[in-house]
Amino acid sequence: MLSYLCRRLLFFVPILLGVSLLVFSIMHLTPGDPAQIMLGPEATQEDIAKVRQALGLDRPLAVQYLVFVSNLLQGDLGRSIRSDVPVWDELTSRLPATFLLAGCGILLAICLGFPLGLLAACRHNTLLDTSSSMLALLGFSVPNFWAGLMLMLLFSIVIPILPSSGYGEWRNLVLPAVTLALQIMAIIARMTRSSVLEVIRQDYVRTARAKGLRERVVLWRHAVRNALLPVVTITGLYFGILLGGVVVIETVFSYPGIGRMLVEAIRSHDYPLVQGGVLIFSVSVCAINLGVDILYAFLDPRIREQYSGARGRRAAA
Amino acid sequence: MSPPADSRAPRSPMREAWSRLGRNRGALAALAVLAVLFGGALLAPWITRHDPAAMDVLVRLQRPSLAHWLGTDNFGRDIFSRIVYAGRISLIIGFVAVGIGAVWGGAAGAVCGYYGGKLDDGVMRLMDILLSVPQIILAMAIVGVLGASLFNLMVAVGISVLPRYARLMRASAMSLRGVEFVEAARAVGKSDLRIILEDIIPNCLAPLIVLSTLGVAQAILSAATLSFLGLGIQPPTPEWGAMLSDGRQFLRHAPHITIFPGVAIAVVVMALNLLGDGLRDALDPKLRE
Repeated sequence: MLSYLCRRLLFFVPILLGVSLLVFSIMHLTPGDPAQIMLGPEATQEDIAKVRQALGLDRPLAVQYLVFVSNLLQGDLGRSIRSDVPVWDELTSRLPATFLLAGCGILLAICLGFPLGLLAACRHNTLLDTSSSMLALLGFSVPNFWAGLMLMLLFSIVIPILPSSGYGEWRNLVLPAVTLALQIMAIIARMTRSSVLEVIRQDYVRTARAKGLRERVVLWRHAVRNALLPVVTITGLYFGILLGGVVVIETVFSYPGIGRMLVEAIRSHDYPLVQGGVLIFSVSVCAINLGVDILYAFLDPRIREQYSGARGRRAAA
Repeated sequence: MSPPADSRAPRSPMREAWSRLGRNRGALAALAVLAVLFGGALLAPWITRHDPAAMDVLVRLQRPSLAHWLGTDNFGRDIFSRIVYAGRISLIIGFVAVGIGAVWGGAAGAVCGYYGGKLDDGVMRLMDILLSVPQIILAMAIVGVLGASLFNLMVAVGISVLPRYARLMRASAMSLRGVEFVEAARAVGKSDLRIILEDIIPNCLAPLIVLSTLGVAQAILSAATLSFLGLGIQPPTPEWGAMLSDGRQFLRHAPHITIFPGVAIAVVVMALNLLGDGLRDALDPKLRE
């Protein structure tokens, strides 16, 4: 298990370097002078020169990248062009809000999506199955920003019981979290359904039934536990979609997180802030994928055994 | 006892797939919906009664009526006309963006999978890096770098989905590399380029078609999202996401401005998703129970 962990962590390093290169190039692939674009058309020549120097744009590209990475390792992402606040401070002050939203969203999606998919699989080819499949299809076809606006229309305008924007209370969190959960819930439900359907046809489930176990035990101990594996992977894989949703939903609900900051930064060409935002989202996705891989190994004894040295031989069966 | 169909000569895989698709009610419904949408996009000037850009302050923020089927927006523009015209743009963006992703990604994947080695390692690491940035955020960043316009929007969405096609084609090409008919082609002296174009690519077309169909849905959704965030199509050009964004501030008193463009997006995306699922079932008999 330890060697597996080390190996996975080692894979992490080149990806992080690649992401840093990608983020670095955000400022440098811009057609034209980034300093000019940031300051707008009416900037004076001196201002532009000042910004160029502040951003280090007057130095060779390779040097700029090295400086960028070494600053990055020290937690220095530069300063926002608009507000002059260090990008790092800007990110850390907004991170808790975004974490809270993403966490609630994914929790809600799992708590609703998994039972929905399980129910559909157990009642395969009934009205319940068809309608939950339709619901899932609807869930990932409806644009999340529209779903958010519709929920806002319903629950803060027509029946005013929840606030449409703001941050601080749990009531502020309900609508954004539900909107965020919809799409991932649909994906999880679909995945759970097909995964359970597949497992239920396996010989060991038939054996479990044949030896007279109660249906509930067959389902929970044999079917669900095995069906959980692909669901965990998919949930991890779609974490990127979830974070994409965070960006949009924070904008819809004027929620003070990193997503809304990123959208505003892109609109106002505040490149250091854009870099910081893209970096934090990408690193989160990489970290979650790493976590899912490790969790996967933990949940699947076959993989765990493969990496546990001498005992691995037993796993062949 | 055997039904008469069995005595006929085996049908071609293509016709087999079509007939399987024909039996899928969801996919047929999706095809019908898409046909209506394409028809609407093509015939937009003939089926709308108002100019999508014509402003009329006297009829601003009107609810749906006989004169304006889906009402009017804050400038008095006819929402139905704007949705129909916006459909043109969304469909173009969806297909062009997927075209960019599928052609470039697919080509890179096929070449990498066929040759393997250092080239493969290098290109695939690049794809891994692109994949580690959430798709919509990558598209946002690219638009941020290039600037917001129709063309840049298509490029941004195209690049952001490109790694998926590269991965898919690479996996298919790798599995075909050692197959007999490819070796036979090599033995008779076919060039690598011709092998890739004539033997490898046609044989991994089925999963590519499925991914592309689902991909158009995703691309339309991404483009609408970017426009909604003000990073895509700029006003006054009608675009579903941008229309929704404009309607936000009138949500309380004129919710129809926001409701209808969203329904349009959902219908297109749902139809494409249904069709993609149907195609997957039809083209890949192995997946069918």
